[in-house]
Amino acid sequence: MISTDQSAEKLLERLRVAAQAVKEDIAFMEVCGTHTTSAFRCGLPTVMPPNVRLISGPGCPVCVTSQGDIDRLIDLGSRQDVILCTYGDMLRVPGRRGNLETARTRGRRIEVVYSSMDALKRAIDEPDQQVVFAAVGFETTAPATAAAVCEAQRQNVRNFSVLASHKRIIPAMRALLTDEEIPSIHGFLCPGHVSVIIGSEIYRPIVDEFNVSCVIGGFEPTQLISSLLCLTELVLNRQTALVNQYREAVRPEGNPRALALLAEVFEPGDARWRGMGIIPESGLVLRDKYRHFDAVQRFELSEPDEHEPPGCICGKVISGAALPVQCKLFGRACTPVSPIGPCMVSSEGTCSAWFKYGRSGHLNLSCTHANEPQEVLP
Amino acid sequence: MCLAVPAKLIEQDGQQGIVDLHGNRLRVNTMMTPEAQTGDWILIHAGFAIERLDPEAARETWALIKDAEQAAEDQAGQSGSVARTNRNNGGIV
Repeated sequence: MISTDQSAEKLLERLRVAAQAVKEDIAFMEVCGTHTTSAFRCGLPTVMPPNVRLISGPGCPVCVTSQGDIDRLIDLGSRQDVILCTYGDMLRVPGRRGNLETARTRGRRIEVVYSSMDALKRAIDEPDQQVVFAAVGFETTAPATAAAVCEAQRQNVRNFSVLASHKRIIPAMRALLTDEEIPSIHGFLCPGHVSVIIGSEIYRPIVDEFNVSCVIGGFEPTQLISSLLCLTELVLNRQTALVNQYREAVRPEGNPRALALLAEVFEPGDARWRGMGIIPESGLVLRDKYRHFDAVQRFELSEPDEHEPPGCICGKVISGAALPVQCKLFGRACTPVSPIGPCMVSSEGTCSAWFKYGRSGHLNLSCTHANEPQEVLP
Repeated sequence: MCLAVPAKLIEQDGQQGIVDLHGNRLRVNTMMTPEAQTGDWILIHAGFAIERLDPEAARETWALIKDAEQAAEDQAGQSGSVARTNRNNGGIV
């Protein structure tokens, strides 16, 4: 085993030399909330070479969920005849009429679950109650929803449904590359855990069509810097490539069982993203044979109104078009204690990462997921 | 939300398993990793094992990083251009 601290320092030095040799400003985008958090936790943005910018893209599933979808979720959770089961990330996301946490304090049954299967179990245990599972997340999370739906079908659980806002990352990456408002991207640091499901080969058309490199990377500081070094050296060598640096978990074809579950239950459908509008085929909708588990159909929910919290620029932040500090609410009206936009609520949100880890000017290589640093005010 | 953590599979019964995660025992659903055996390291996300971690590939990944580290050391004694020195093609696929 090699020393992570020493390796990171040495890789960083090599990254600096490579960046200096590039002689132009370059920008790489990560599209994974866990990469965002990991990078900030170890202070990586503060020690990047001056001409290399790491942009946080739309990788936080809570953040990319449209405000209308969030309002609809909160409205559903506010009904007396519904038990809403959700992952903890969604609890404090503000909607037009409060959030799920405030709905819970009013006596509504909002339950945080560890797994989609826990939501299904709740439905089986309480057959007289309607149980809705808030299905948010990228391809990493969507197979778990699909598994619960399949099991509900198998057991004929009639009081279980899902409010699905799942997203697919590849259409979003394509949308970013064709959006003139987004800064030029010289390479993607691709999401490690999404890639576990979808595989590495799925990025190849992006590499070929857009002439932009895709590097799939891990989450520890050394792995992050290694991925950025790889991207920088590809720019330096005027190459584009698909590189998998997370091969212990990511196979070329992905996880076939998980993909089969997805294909069984869902089909691609247009989806609205916060700040990015409707991206064709970027969502997952229930197939006809499972449509009776769709909470939108069961509760006859109408199409939600789209709006943004006044003054909030989360939409621009998640697409890399603006930095959190460019938002007039950041760190003033909008903080992790009283968030206004989803990027401040989610632990994986860019604004939250900026607020918590600040820009301290040094690389903290001793950090781990289990070793949370103190919060630093911006 | 896409956070996944590695844990060791210590018990298995059909599609249900128990993992050791930093000393905690967690139940997981292993339907997406039928090849995983007791003793394997698996990635856990939202109550499901989403992949069996390949120890050989993990060693290769760390070897790549070790290569890059060595290149940085070599570079420290030189100035000038950066060359790609990874032994196994830098993971390009």
